[in-house]
Amino acid sequence: MPTLEFRDAIRQALDEALRDDERVIVFGEDIAVAGGVFVTTPGLYETYGEQRVFDTPISELAITGAAYGSAVCGLRPVIEIMFGDFLTLAMDSLVNQAAKFFYISGEQGSVPLVVRSAVGGGGRFGSIHSQQPGTWFQNVPGLKIVAPSSPADAKALLKASIEDDNPVLFLEHKRLYTVKQEVDTEETAVLGKAKVVREGHDVTLVSIMKGVQDCLAAATTLSELGIDAEVVDLRTLRPFDRETILESLAKTNRLVAVEEGPLTGGWAGEVLASAVEGGLHEIDDIWRLTTPDHPIPFSPPLEDAFLPGADAIVASVSERLGVGSQQQNARTRGG
Amino acid sequence: MSSATDTTAAPAFGLDRDEALTLYRRMRLIRRFEETVQLLFQRGEVPGTTHLYTGEEAVATGVSSTLGPQDRIAGTYRGHGHALSVGVDPQALLDEMLGRETGVCKGRAGSMNVIDLSHRLIGCFGIVGGSIAAATGAAIALKRSGGVAVAFFGEGATNQGYFHECLNFAKVLNLPVVYICENNLYGEFTPMELVTAGEIRKRAETLQLGAVTIDGNDIWTVRAAAGAAVERARAGEGPQFIEALTYRHVGHSRSDPGAYRKPGELDEWLKRDPLKLARAGIIERYDADDATVDEVDESVEQQIQEMIAAALAAPFPTPGPVAEFKS
Repeated sequence: MPTLEFRDAIRQALDEALRDDERVIVFGEDIAVAGGVFVTTPGLYETYGEQRVFDTPISELAITGAAYGSAVCGLRPVIEIMFGDFLTLAMDSLVNQAAKFFYISGEQGSVPLVVRSAVGGGGRFGSIHSQQPGTWFQNVPGLKIVAPSSPADAKALLKASIEDDNPVLFLEHKRLYTVKQEVDTEETAVLGKAKVVREGHDVTLVSIMKGVQDCLAAATTLSELGIDAEVVDLRTLRPFDRETILESLAKTNRLVAVEEGPLTGGWAGEVLASAVEGGLHEIDDIWRLTTPDHPIPFSPPLEDAFLPGADAIVASVSERLGVGSQQQNARTRGG
Repeated sequence: MSSATDTTAAPAFGLDRDEALTLYRRMRLIRRFEETVQLLFQRGEVPGTTHLYTGEEAVATGVSSTLGPQDRIAGTYRGHGHALSVGVDPQALLDEMLGRETGVCKGRAGSMNVIDLSHRLIGCFGIVGGSIAAATGAAIALKRSGGVAVAFFGEGATNQGYFHECLNFAKVLNLPVVYICENNLYGEFTPMELVTAGEIRKRAETLQLGAVTIDGNDIWTVRAAAGAAVERARAGEGPQFIEALTYRHVGHSRSDPGAYRKPGELDEWLKRDPLKLARAGIIERYDADDATVDEVDESVEQQIQEMIAAALAAPFPTPGPVAEFKS
């Protein structure tokens, strides 16, 4: 199977969508001639021309409003909001217009638009270029929120997002752009379905995007400590796949939601609420591992300590399960 | 009907007598529709709030009369007139006001957010300036099919980011969109001059849009200006801007008695009531007299009374499971 880099997976998905459907257009700041500041769109402008792939002013209100208007009139726009933090300026068209359209119009139609945006910390971009905006949109019915963790998923989920008839917020973690993976480039995906990316019996680690990679790395270390971790990749924050969470909880009886984002009001709270509501009698222990409730710091030692990486996951799980890192053979089973 | 740029010749405006009477009828219908909404509101039949278009009928009616089937409009929360101007079923619109299942949006939208894709209305926007953005995007799609998008918005929206961002966006992308600023002198309760720097039209001129200021109470003037603007946009000359000077005869919303108006201001505007001007224009330019126009009024009145009865008898929607997404 060919090796694919995450950013190239994005480009391939856009390329194939543009190739297969005349209605697809792609626009945003620096995405056409320059090929995107995160190098996700090179070559598309040259291949498809300025009517379908075009640069815009730095005008997030206009870009998102234009996506809404063009989608309502029959196109399938894919726009880029360069940094997720800028989605604050794009919220009206997404929250008040696109997300409501299907319902309040009496189901006359929908708004098939995709907003791609680079999110997440670890890049030393500071507090206003590193946030995780997914949860800002999570309590907006009518929006789908996609958060891929791997190159294979990036391609399959972006294609599914563009084919979806509903407005989709597609989040790309900046620290994943250089991740490479052998992939089946014809793989498809369904929006709203979580994926068990590692089977285990002792504890369930639930995450999205880069957090899934961290959980997988942590699971490898935990296995050396005798802890057999299952890793669930939510893949979408909306629809929210409660079923897969509950199935995994029933198997492991312990669950930690690993969220790169503040404790208060995050999606990890939704995971725990789902576990309590639907699986109370399966629970030995459930908890959240998140970032502290303060803005994202700039200085490398501060930012590194702020983000919940693989080491923090290992430490947290070891502590909650009562397994010291020196106790290589202390294996605990749930139930 | 798109080339009515000559306002001097008679028979005027590129319309024959029947077409002119049809436009008058539409204005009259909007007026009586709004009075009916107010009446039913006071009787407790219209829930929530509502923003009436009374006094501004010539703008939407005139502009929409220059559009074709391939064009689209975006209206505002003062949008009943916008909706009726493109042919949204008046009964379905009234039913929507009353929250009925038979409403144009099944009672899910209400007064401020009406959508009717089958009649070219891509939405009415509860956020000031939202219509500007939606029409700008619509123009990207319509450009492919020779269509033109029209945004209606008040002068208050010209102080929103949407106005500046979208006019610039449309200009640099050369989009076929016509921006119709309905300048009714008040942003909610506040006189425009207290909150607006400079002249509105000059903002559009600075961005190199074709821009004119017109008498928005005279439908024949509106038609001529809009027809020319739509034609230019359709011909690939890029976005166009019209500032239509008009006045709402009623408060901003149901709770507003209009105490901020200057003494005598309303009376002055009532002398230039768009319905009076339209009536005079028809009598002057066509084989018609007051009795001819009175007949139209009577037919609207009959329609309105039938609509009220039907709306009050229409069923409410039933709460139940709904789909969150289109599948």
